Amino acid sequence: MAIFLTEASKVIVQGMTGSEGQKHTTRMLASGTSVVGGVNPRKAGTSVAFGDTDVPVFGSVAEAMDATGADVSVVFVPPAHTKAAVVEAIEAGIPLVVIITEGVPVADTAEFFALALDKGVRLIGPNCPGLISPGKSNVGIIPADITGPGRVGLVSKSGTLTYQMMYELRDFGFSTAIGIGGDPIIGTTHIDALAAFEADPETEVIVMIGEIGGDAEERAAAYIAEHVTKPVVGYVAGFTAPEGKTMGHAGAIVSGSSGTAQAKKEALEAAGVKVGKTPSETAELARQLLS
Amino acid sequence: MDLFEYQARDIFEKHGVPVLGGVVATTPEEARAGAEQLLGGQPGVVVVKAQVKVGGRGKAGGVKLARSADDAAEKAAEILGMDIKGHTVHRVMIAAGAKIATEFYFSLLLDRAERRYLAMCSVEGGMDIEQLAVERPDALAKVAVDPRTGIDQAKADEIVRAAGFDADIAPKVAAVLQTLWTVYRSEDATLVEVNPLVLTEDGEIVALDGKVTLDENASFRHPEHADLEDAAAADPLEARAKEKDLNYVKLDGEVGIIGNGAGLVMSTLDVVAYAGEAHGGVKPANFLDIGGGASAEVMAAGLDIILTDPQVKAVFVNVFGGITACDAVANGIVAALEILGDEASKPLVVRLDGNNVLEGRRILAEAGHPLVTIADTMDGGADKAAELAHAAA
Repeated sequence: MAIFLTEASKVIVQGMTGSEGQKHTTRMLASGTSVVGGVNPRKAGTSVAFGDTDVPVFGSVAEAMDATGADVSVVFVPPAHTKAAVVEAIEAGIPLVVIITEGVPVADTAEFFALALDKGVRLIGPNCPGLISPGKSNVGIIPADITGPGRVGLVSKSGTLTYQMMYELRDFGFSTAIGIGGDPIIGTTHIDALAAFEADPETEVIVMIGEIGGDAEERAAAYIAEHVTKPVVGYVAGFTAPEGKTMGHAGAIVSGSSGTAQAKKEALEAAGVKVGKTPSETAELARQLLS
Repeated sequence: MDLFEYQARDIFEKHGVPVLGGVVATTPEEARAGAEQLLGGQPGVVVVKAQVKVGGRGKAGGVKLARSADDAAEKAAEILGMDIKGHTVHRVMIAAGAKIATEFYFSLLLDRAERRYLAMCSVEGGMDIEQLAVERPDALAKVAVDPRTGIDQAKADEIVRAAGFDADIAPKVAAVLQTLWTVYRSEDATLVEVNPLVLTEDGEIVALDGKVTLDENASFRHPEHADLEDAAAADPLEARAKEKDLNYVKLDGEVGIIGNGAGLVMSTLDVVAYAGEAHGGVKPANFLDIGGGASAEVMAAGLDIILTDPQVKAVFVNVFGGITACDAVANGIVAALEILGDEASKPLVVRLDGNNVLEGRRILAEAGHPLVTIADTMDGGADKAAELAHAAA
């Protein structure tokens, strides 16, 4: 098993012919992902060689799906064109769209999220590193060589903290590690990932990483108390963040007294989640549960 | 980006939201001229309002009535330079006086949890809306707004009905709400708040005070928004960092921080603050995310900003190489120290992990720069940097 992404996933890349798209398609293929096509209307009918693999380029997401049976699209197109690309993927009815692009206007995300909700399409991101089910498939930019398959499920707003935690727990391995992104509006939330990990027989321990801004962690805490039977370990970044300053991620901002790391930590602890003070202490808490 | 009231007023006016005359002034003389312009030689009152991006200015004495242009200059002289909750008043707005019959409240904002927009509206305006929400939640109507359709006629009618406006003014309010949606939509705002929205004695609906937050991710389609930035208020180091496209926030502390990825950098600040508890209470001096591609130039630009912060006593570079390879980061650090030469005078603790870490550590060890200490772990590096900062303080 694993969540959202398995060895059967067939992946197309929107923006594959751009420099970021090419770089990461190379890495995805190298880690065993079944990349079956790219999309670029101006280069339809051509193909791009990645080592020994020729990946065909299609004129649209719908054509790519027809030709390949693709069920995941990963989006590497720049912010000004992200909305059009995601809307195209949703309209084509592909079940999962992973949006790596950073800097998408929140109004664009709000609009394509509403459309995805209507069409029953799952979005992950934007402004996220994607997700990896080690040994099965890797969609996005998470390094595949940090660790292998295992029993930990990881959900995080942050890319590099995802890598850090995978590294800390590399001797246990992961069912799936998913970076949901740091924007104010994101397609897949902590709660969505928690529900999927709860249902995934391969996942034994869940690690949840949050950060300042919004109340997603508080809502996740309420969900855990009600619905999650597996042990959850948590970490929250941004205790030292000042009020009213955006800390790198567009969504990472403490507004007045809301969105603080302290409030998130307290909500998680009240739901029975063990919360580490540092990434390594968090890993140690997970380690105790896994040993 | 939060706007000043006068900037919000101008944007409202541009999109057809009814507002009163308003002129911004940075000196008493400008305030006098502004008041003369608004009064047009007639007797009357104007309001002199401190322009600060923080609530509660009225209680702090930052809003005063003036009965003539001379009086406006006097009131402006009193308000300019005032400190309101840590914000120095550099500008006032001279606003036309209004005969207010009733005050209302309206806001449209991002609903992060529901991932759509939320309109909030009340016929009880003028007061602190957070207080109203707690004390009399029934008096605050909350209506979900679909981002694709926004506030059209039907949605405006729904909001006005939910808030309980009298039938005789409801159509006028509904029309104003649609103009406020135009502001939200066409300016890429994430917040448009009008408090108070008023009914004047002449029966007009007017936005008397406005708060607007703009989405900086949308700046590529709003080049004109760059003019709204309050360059004067920015910390000088933050302004320099911004020029170099660095994601930097100045904090009050002694340990300079450089890392890659917003989450890891936030976490690094926390870990340094914890470590600092054992070393004289030293704290992180800044947030600086050099992002995925940590080239020598970016590393040099980042180190340059941090090393010129006189508060910084030691620096902690914390990088987890994902796509970024650690050898590139290490080369970046070595090159940056060469570029900076004698300006690099503070100890640097470097922790590298991930992609090509052994090569990265080898490069640093070989360079053997006397200021550089290599740390094996994030916690260990934070502790070492805090210790060095404390020793140098």
